[in-house]
Amino acid sequence: MDFTNIAFYIFAALTVGSAGVMVFHRNVVYSAVGLLFAFFGVAGIYVLLAADFIAIVQILIYVGGILILLLFGVMLSQKLTKVDVRTESMQLVPAVVVVGGVLAVLLLTISSTPWKLAGSLEYEPTTKAIGRLMMTEYLIPFEIASVLLLAALIGAAYIARKN
Amino acid sequence: MEVGLNHYLALAAILFSLGLFAVVTKKNAVTVLMGVELILNAANINFVAFARFIDTDLDGQIIAVFVIVTAAAAAAVALAIVLNLYERLKSINLDEADSLAG
Amino acid sequence: MITNAILILLLPLAAFVVQISFGKRLPRKGDWLSTGAMFIALFMALSILVDAISTYESNKVLAAQTWEWFSFGSVHVTFGIVIDNLTAFMLFVVTLISALVHLYSIGYMHGDPRYSRYFAYLGLFSFSMLGLVLVDNFLGIYVFWELVGLSSYLLIGFWFEKDSASNAGKKAFITNRIGDVGMFAAIMILFSTFGTFDFDGVFAGVAAGGLSDGWLTAAGILLFFGAIGKSAQFPLHVWLPDAMEGPTPVSALIHAATMVAAGVYMVGRTFVLYSADALFFIAVIGTITAFMAATIAIVQKDIKRVLAYSTISQLGYMMVGLGTGGYTAGLMHLTTHAMFKALLFLGSGSVIHAVHSQEMDDMGGLRKKMPITFWTFLIATLALSGVPPLSGFFSKDAILASALEYGMRHSGQMWIFVIMLLSAGITAFYMFRLVYMTFFGEPADKKKYDHAHESPLTMTLPLMILAVFSIGTFSWGWFEHLISKPSLAAYGAVAAVAEHGGGHDDVAHTAHTIAMISSIVVALSGILLATTVYYWKKISAETWGSRLKPLYNLLWNKYYFDELYAATIISGTLWKSRFLAMFDLRVIDGVVNGVGRLTAGLSNVSGKVDLRVVDGLVNLVGRIVAYAGARLRTLQTGNVQSYLLMALFAVIILFVIQQF
Repeated sequence: MDFTNIAFYIFAALTVGSAGVMVFHRNVVYSAVGLLFAFFGVAGIYVLLAADFIAIVQILIYVGGILILLLFGVMLSQKLTKVDVRTESMQLVPAVVVVGGVLAVLLLTISSTPWKLAGSLEYEPTTKAIGRLMMTEYLIPFEIASVLLLAALIGAAYIARKN
Repeated sequence: MEVGLNHYLALAAILFSLGLFAVVTKKNAVTVLMGVELILNAANINFVAFARFIDTDLDGQIIAVFVIVTAAAAAAVALAIVLNLYERLKSINLDEADSLAG
Repeated sequence: MITNAILILLLPLAAFVVQISFGKRLPRKGDWLSTGAMFIALFMALSILVDAISTYESNKVLAAQTWEWFSFGSVHVTFGIVIDNLTAFMLFVVTLISALVHLYSIGYMHGDPRYSRYFAYLGLFSFSMLGLVLVDNFLGIYVFWELVGLSSYLLIGFWFEKDSASNAGKKAFITNRIGDVGMFAAIMILFSTFGTFDFDGVFAGVAAGGLSDGWLTAAGILLFFGAIGKSAQFPLHVWLPDAMEGPTPVSALIHAATMVAAGVYMVGRTFVLYSADALFFIAVIGTITAFMAATIAIVQKDIKRVLAYSTISQLGYMMVGLGTGGYTAGLMHLTTHAMFKALLFLGSGSVIHAVHSQEMDDMGGLRKKMPITFWTFLIATLALSGVPPLSGFFSKDAILASALEYGMRHSGQMWIFVIMLLSAGITAFYMFRLVYMTFFGEPADKKKYDHAHESPLTMTLPLMILAVFSIGTFSWGWFEHLISKPSLAAYGAVAAVAEHGGGHDDVAHTAHTIAMISSIVVALSGILLATTVYYWKKISAETWGSRLKPLYNLLWNKYYFDELYAATIISGTLWKSRFLAMFDLRVIDGVVNGVGRLTAGLSNVSGKVDLRVVDGLVNLVGRIVAYAGARLRTLQTGNVQSYLLMALFAVIILFVIQQF
């Protein structure tokens, strides 16, 4: 086992473990912290996959943006002074059966599919190339994404305000 | 054992299932949203892994960037909806938002 | 040039779309838009025509382009545009007359409640007709063929509040459909044999002998069926006179100049396909049509009906021209006829506009009231009668020469020429009858006469332009050079396929001389006779009419074609319906009634059973359903998460099913 393999297992364990905390802990704030570490773990996975730019974006946006947003959501809608920041679960048994089934289906499919592996496994910086693609081939999706963000901004402000 | 594509896909599948479980079982709307984020992360791992192992250009990574953008937009709108829900029901428990019930 | 052609095609379509969507809200209801679009198309067509003439090469393909349309299996259906000299001429004729009719309609349709709809339909028609002349394959020509039929239907029945108009529209549509079935069958024969719809591909296949003589003749005759319907040839000519219920400019555009000529164009475009037998069939049908329609036109009193029968007759001429091998003659007559017949219709529209009647008995003496209409009408009449040096003389003379040559080369076929010559005389006669009854003599209806006035400039300007084109702009020589008879040899025919007629030998020369002299003589004698009867009144039309009562009745009733169809086909259908109705009434109703009575008796008994047993059962079923519903409604929790769970469960089931 070389270093990258060890790193994969460390990051995978971090991701799955934190995600487990996030899913199974009853306190919403703990869940948010679990999610934080899961995001970090996924960022590590991206690094192993030679996606340095995505890894940075993952930390910047997910950790810096979305997670903060989620915490605000928790705090605005729940009274932290009361201890009732818990989340309850429902339909546990059918959920375990069905989600277990979905996981089994996915794993079966992954293991039974003959993937056509190809290409070199070099590590190269991607930021410059992605930037170039964004301004050339993916210019229109890029612009549409900016319009989408603007629309989401306005829409969120409109929906959230008090009448 | 050498870590390959299947490992990453399996990790993504597990992450996906955990997110799905949260989405299906949690009463708290914010927790459901966290589950959705987990699912999106799982999908992103798939994109990046395929971009690395099968189609060795940057298309997969670009898609991942767009997924993150979309996720940010979705989180913003969804939280706005949650706040609005809280205004109306004084609760963000999804089992109380059941006006679709037959 | 391809871009030009596509623009010519798309301009009227764009006008149609704009008009139909929001024509009513445009200033002046958008008439300027449609008219302007057509005039732009006209100038583009003119530039193409100038190109064609300045190139001055026989049957030159100026431009062609093909796109893949769709494909199934190994069959690739293409859609393309081809512009040769014939297309250039047709484009010019169609856009010219369409543009002038648009202009004319501004005056004629003024104040109509569906003014913008009318222009929309005109645009649709122009688009379809231009598409028809531009496409390079059978499937495309069939599609546009049906589209012109549709727009013709819409425009004939434009004043659908009148029963006669909506019935005429239906009649035109259904009659055309009968011919189209034949055309479709022919296209299918060709497609199943050669696996392509392209003109060039099919012709090359025919040239290589891919179709036996019998099948080739069958395909040719079936294809001609489409032309019989669209060009109102015997025996499917009955729709065209009724189509005069449409607005008069429409009659000029569709039912005189362009759409009815589509049949002639189609035969011309696919000319190399026709075997000698098929051509003979075309010539015979054309002869019958020309003579029959000309004789009917003698006695009609409705000005538009006279012109309608004249159109049928002239279309017969074109068919004879093509059928006897006078390819150029037929197509030239198509061009010249389009000009002067459109002029005649627009002129008659101007008259109708002035006196508000279509009956010639209501007119008379209008010469002084409407000088422009009169003079332009007279020019067109002279052209139609075949008086030199007007355009109609050249083309009609060429057709007669072609018929005569055919008679000289094939023994026993001289009758075609004789009948056509006779019809030419009749044509001159009835046209001058029309002119004398409308423009000369004493006003028949004093009140209408005093009310009459010359039409506005938008209506007279098209008349004058068309009059210019009716004067000898077409001379035989250069037209024949540009559009000369195609032969299969051009498509690589291996064996020497028998060429039918044609050629510049002594026979052709003799035929030309004889035909020219005799056609002038006949035309002049027809005019003279008409003048004697209707101007000098030396011979009384009424006396002769009553002396030849049976003949007069036969013609007045249009050879009883409508009655014949009513008695056979229509009444046959009705008889069948009546029989079925009777069967329904007696047999089925009897059985039903018997069953009914039996049931009534049984009902009495079962009523009692119902009350006790059945009601009990029904209530039980109801209660079970209600109970099941109450249980099942809990499935609809309203909780989105449980819905998601069920959907996921379905995904797993699908996966399992797919695995086994």
